[in-house]
Amino acid sequence: MNAPAYNFAYLDEQTKRMIRRAILKAIAIPGYQVPFASREMPMPYGWGTGGVQVTAAILGPDDLLKVIDQGSDDTTNAISIRRFFEKTAGVATTTSTTDATVIQTRHRIPEATLHAGQVLVYQVPIPEPLRFLEPRETETRRMHALAEYGLMHVKLYEDIAHFGHIATAYAYPVKVNDRYVMDPSPTPKYDNPKMDNCAALQLFGAGREKRIYAVPPYTKVVSLDFEDHPFSRYRFDAPCALCGSEDSYLDEIVIDDRGGRMFVCSDTDHCESRQAQGHRGIQNAAPHKEAPHG
Amino acid sequence: MYVAVKGGERAIENAHRLLAHERRGDKDVPEITLPQISEQLALAVDRVMSEGSLYDRELASLAIKQARGDMIEAIFLVRAFRATLPRFGATEPVDTGQMQVRRRISSTFKDIPGGQILGPTFDYTHRLLDPQLAEGFVPEAPAAAGSERGATPRVTDILGRDGLIEPSPKAEDDQPVGDLTREPLSFPADRDLRLQNLARADEGFLLALGYSTQRGYGRNHPFAGEIRFGEVEVEFFAEDVGFAVPLGSIELTECQMVNQFKGSATEPPCFTRGYGLAFGQSERKTMSMALVDRSLRARELGEEVRAPAQDEEFVMSHSDNVQATGFVEHLKLPHYVDFQSELGLLRKLRKEFAQAQAEAALQEAAE
Repeated sequence: MNAPAYNFAYLDEQTKRMIRRAILKAIAIPGYQVPFASREMPMPYGWGTGGVQVTAAILGPDDLLKVIDQGSDDTTNAISIRRFFEKTAGVATTTSTTDATVIQTRHRIPEATLHAGQVLVYQVPIPEPLRFLEPRETETRRMHALAEYGLMHVKLYEDIAHFGHIATAYAYPVKVNDRYVMDPSPTPKYDNPKMDNCAALQLFGAGREKRIYAVPPYTKVVSLDFEDHPFSRYRFDAPCALCGSEDSYLDEIVIDDRGGRMFVCSDTDHCESRQAQGHRGIQNAAPHKEAPHG
Repeated sequence: MYVAVKGGERAIENAHRLLAHERRGDKDVPEITLPQISEQLALAVDRVMSEGSLYDRELASLAIKQARGDMIEAIFLVRAFRATLPRFGATEPVDTGQMQVRRRISSTFKDIPGGQILGPTFDYTHRLLDPQLAEGFVPEAPAAAGSERGATPRVTDILGRDGLIEPSPKAEDDQPVGDLTREPLSFPADRDLRLQNLARADEGFLLALGYSTQRGYGRNHPFAGEIRFGEVEVEFFAEDVGFAVPLGSIELTECQMVNQFKGSATEPPCFTRGYGLAFGQSERKTMSMALVDRSLRARELGEEVRAPAQDEEFVMSHSDNVQATGFVEHLKLPHYVDFQSELGLLRKLRKEFAQAQAEAALQEAAE
């Protein structure tokens, strides 16, 4: 039988070179979607194959890798991807946002400010911000080439006409470097401002759709809006029940079948770091302590 | 008190252990072997090889066993393995005219040089469940061919001699063979890439699309010019020796559809072709593929593109079952973050709606 044997970080060097070329082109044209010959990975399309290929192409033996899904290091798919790289590349892994050199993420940007030298790799399901306005790739590529983004502004305007505000809660479109309209991947719009002038390199991989795009460090990223309807962030207005954070994005957790809810940080590393520093929320007050907030 | 969900790692391990246990099933029942799958579920193996794009019966059998008989999962396993294999180059085009034919039928001519050969087929079987097959059935030895079998030229070549059918496109030796697994696909796509996409495409998807053309969504008046199944030799041009060396033989099914074409200002009326090719015996697949291939030539032949089967971007973007299943099934992954964002938006919209209703009611009462 043809027994399989795999290279460092799974992909063969030829494939890595092809992906690195696409990444370099993406960095050179911020926000532009570079087609690449995406490979079948040993995990399903739609489960992070784009991000995994980008990570595999940039990972070196000295890297410290963090993988999050929904902000958490402990969601099943994050664990699965982390274990994939532990197994195929033997790299060290961490849950610390600050220590990691490469962070692969799905649906969130970490709360802690990223620093120079770090790479944030996003998993992207549908890279085309115009896709749900125009299903044809031939059309949307032309629209990008001509910077013809009127359709998107009409959509946002129609939201305002219908609802009085822009009704997009996640995957909120941004303009990169005053040129390309880009899909930030399905992150909540709360995370959008973190992309602007970010010190870390941001890479986006869409495996099934075969596209890579990038935001180089310190690049201007603006959420689309109107002068009289400026972009606004959304977060549920409550402190985290575990760490008391007033400014982190929260997960809503159903705790009983009588409408009981609690809100906790979606970024588990952020929450745990705060708790380690002694911060407490109402659900997590240490016994015999007088004040619930540390 | 809520404790942050931990233990995902152990949960995954345990789920995999349970899966392995379930895969084996009742241990009092003998374990199925790869040769059993390869020999007795041969058509399943053929499909996995075709849509997995890898001609290896043993690995395809292993994939079927590992996937517990889930065909798309098995195809996925083969594809993921294939993606890691080094490429040496492309073989010489196979000559299906020289095929060692085991089955060969034409629905366009009553008799053809080389004859109609039914071969192993479900056609004309009565679909009655056969209790004999349940266990211990020993089939009769097959009838052996009595006479010498002559050459079996392709039916389309016979038509081609009179110019009644468009010629097969000539091979362009100086042009590299397109490969959508190595180069990103862009539209419009040429026919080589379209055929590669269709060869890897989900059989069910092609079947439905092909069927839709027969029911009027992009009708193209097909005749099954010829369907043949058998062995062909695969040759590879080796730089070192300077000539093509045989690598071995593979089983293929080829379908050539013959379709009406009314002609245009520059082209006289003639028959056109739709082409289907797959590993092993895969007739439904190759017939569907040929129908869809012909449909996708609408642009090239100056036909109006109106039906889904004629729309190459629609067909090629959705034909791959490994891609499709991944994205459909990714809805199983957590989406709490986006869902929370949507909940926030929905609550806001509902509050605004209720306020507007209340204000309207108040105004009505005041009037």
